[in-house]
Amino acid sequence: MTPDALGQRVRAVVDAHRGDRGALLPILHGLQAEFGHVSQEMVPILADELNISRADVHGVVTFYSDFRAEPAGRTVVKICRAEACQSVGAEQLAEHAQQVFGVKLGQTTPDGSVTLEQVFCLGNCALGPAAQINGRMYGKLDERRLDTLILNADAGTGNT
Amino acid sequence: MTTTIYVPRDSAAVSVGADAVAGAIQREAETRGLDVRLVRNGSRGMLWLEPLVEIATPEGRVGYGPVAPHQVPEILDNPDHELKLGLVEDLKWMKDQTRLCFKRVGVTDPLSADDYLANGGMAGLRNALETQPADVVKAVTESGLRGRGGAGFPAGIKWKTVLDTPGELKFVCCNADEGDSGTFADRMLIEGDPFCLIEGMTIAAYATGATEGYVYLRSEYPDAVRTLRQAIEIGYARGWLGENVLGSGQKFDLYVRVGAGAYICGEETSMLESLEGKRGMVRAKPPIPAITGLFGKPTVVNNVLTLASVPTILADGAAAYAALGTGRSLGTQVFQLAGNIARGGVYETAFGMSLAELINSYGGGTRSGRPVRAVQVGGPLGAYLPADKLDLPLDYEAFAEADAMLGHGGIVVFDDTVDMASMARFAMEFCAEESCGKCTPCRVGSVRGVETIDKIVAGQDTDMNLAVLNDLCELMTDGSLCAMGGLTPNPVLSALRHFPDDFAARTPHQETS
Repeated sequence: MTPDALGQRVRAVVDAHRGDRGALLPILHGLQAEFGHVSQEMVPILADELNISRADVHGVVTFYSDFRAEPAGRTVVKICRAEACQSVGAEQLAEHAQQVFGVKLGQTTPDGSVTLEQVFCLGNCALGPAAQINGRMYGKLDERRLDTLILNADAGTGNT
Repeated sequence: MTTTIYVPRDSAAVSVGADAVAGAIQREAETRGLDVRLVRNGSRGMLWLEPLVEIATPEGRVGYGPVAPHQVPEILDNPDHELKLGLVEDLKWMKDQTRLCFKRVGVTDPLSADDYLANGGMAGLRNALETQPADVVKAVTESGLRGRGGAGFPAGIKWKTVLDTPGELKFVCCNADEGDSGTFADRMLIEGDPFCLIEGMTIAAYATGATEGYVYLRSEYPDAVRTLRQAIEIGYARGWLGENVLGSGQKFDLYVRVGAGAYICGEETSMLESLEGKRGMVRAKPPIPAITGLFGKPTVVNNVLTLASVPTILADGAAAYAALGTGRSLGTQVFQLAGNIARGGVYETAFGMSLAELINSYGGGTRSGRPVRAVQVGGPLGAYLPADKLDLPLDYEAFAEADAMLGHGGIVVFDDTVDMASMARFAMEFCAEESCGKCTPCRVGSVRGVETIDKIVAGQDTDMNLAVLNDLCELMTDGSLCAMGGLTPNPVLSALRHFPDDFAARTPHQETS
C-alpha cells in the first residue's frame, strides 16, 4: 500500500470518530478492524490528525494488549489462564495447545494459520476451561475438543 | 397453537452449544410443521444445566438441561424426557434466591422493550422522574446500597457528592470492565437484561445532574458489547434515552466504549484515563472522580450491578431494599459460583448466607468430586480461604475481619489437587503482567515476587526468601497507589499462611559452599 493510500484509509477511520470524546481507543479498535493490526506507519498519521504527539499515540497503542503490531494468524485462539479456569485444568490445556501448534502463547504458527494467546478471564468461569476462537467463546474444553474447534475454524467449517 | 420455547443467547450457554440447540429446534419445528416461537432469553444462571431449554406450558416454563442438539427431537416427542427438570421457577436453586438485580435475566428476551415493560421495567425511572434529584439520592442512600464493584463504598454518598458539585457537564460512567476471574454477573446482566443497566444509569444521571453516560465494557465480552449497543439503539427509539427521557425534558446520552485487554482499567481512575483515550494509568486520589472525574468533570463511577440495583430501589422503595441483608451489608448480592464447582452459576441472595452453605448446598461441592481445598473470593486480589474456614457469613465486614474480601462476589473453588505455591506465584505473575507501571511497589514488586517465590519453592535460602517475600508484600500493601499492587499480597500471604506445606522445596537445593 502506498503511504497516500494508507493515509487515506486511516483518516477515514479517524473521521468516523470525529465527534467522540477521547476518541483514540475507538479509533484504534477501528484501525485494527480495518487492517488487522495497528502499524508503526499509522502512528504519525494519528498524531497529526488528533493533534497529539507521536509518543502519546505510541504509548497508548503499546499499553493495551489488544492492539497488535503485526497481523494475527487466520485463526486466533485465546486461552483463558485465570484462576477459575486454572482450577479445572487451563494450564494443561494451554500447554497442550502450545505443543500441538509448536508455538508459545503470544505467537503465530509459521504458516500464518493459528495465533495462540493467553487471556485473563472470558467471563465463563463456571464452565471452564474456556477459550475464545475467532471471537467466539467455548466452554468445558478438553484437549480433543480444543483441537477440533481450532482445526474446524482454520478450515472455515465453523464451529461445533 | 403457538408453543414458546426458550434457549439462552447468553455467551456461557452458547459456549456449550446453545446456538446448535436453537438451530435444531428450529429445524425440527419446520420439519414437523410445529408452530414454535423461539425466544433467545438470557441465562437463568444455572450454568451447569446449559444449554437449558424451557418450554412454556399452561403450568409455567418447564426446563430441560443440559440439552444436546440430538436430544431435541426426543424432547419434542416426549415431554417427560429424562432431561426434564420440572418447572424452572420451582427449582430449589431458583426458588431460594432473592432476585432483584437478576429478576428478569433468563425470564425475558433481553432485547424486547415490551418484555422489559411487562416485567416491571421503567417503573423505577418513572418514579425517580416524579421526584427531585435530591430525593432520588436520598432514596439510594437510605437503601444502604454499596458499590458492588468490590470496594463497597456507599452509592448514595458518591451520588450526593456529584449532585452537590456544580458543573455544566457531568458524567455517569459504568464500570463494566469485569476482569476478575470468577466473576461474570456483569456480563450476564448486560447480555440478559441490558435495559436494566440503561435504566439504572439514567436514574443516576437524573439524580446527579449528568447528561452523558459511558459504559466501559471489556473487549473480552463481544456478545455483551453487541447486545448493549442494540439495547441502547432501542432505548433511543423508545424515548428512554436522548434529549427528552420519557417526556420529562431530561437529557441523557449513553455510549458504549470497549476496553482493549487491560485488567487495570477496572480500577476506576485508570478506566477514566482509558475513556479519555489515554494509557490506563492509575490516578492518585484525591481528587476523587465524583468531583474531578472524566475529563476533569464531576463523574459518577459505579459498577454494573450497583447501577442495575437502582431501578428496584426506586420502584419498590429504599426501605424494602434495606430490609434485606445484615449489618451494614444491605440488600442482595449477586454471587457467582465458579471454578471447580459441580453446580456453578449466578446466585443472588441477601447478604449473610454462609460461604460453606453456598458452596456445598447450592454449588454441590467440586466438579471433580474431590474434596474442596481452597476457595478464592473476590477475584485475583482476594484471599485464599482453606476448606475449614468457609463457615463465614457472606457480608463485607465479616470478610474484612477474616482478612478476606467479598469483592464483586466471585467465588472460585479449587479441589485438593491445587498447588497453592503456584497460585501464589500466579498472583504475582498476574500483577506483573497487568500493572499499569505507575508506582514502583506494584511494577517492580510483583516481578521480584515471582522470582522470590521461585527461589522459595526451589529451596534456595528458604528462610531468608520467606522474609523477603513478607517484606515485599508489606511494601506493596502500604506503598502501592491502587488496589492492584495493594491487594496482590492478599492471595500470596493467605496461601502462605494457610498452605505452608505447598511452599516446601520441590527439589532439595544443593549447597555450593
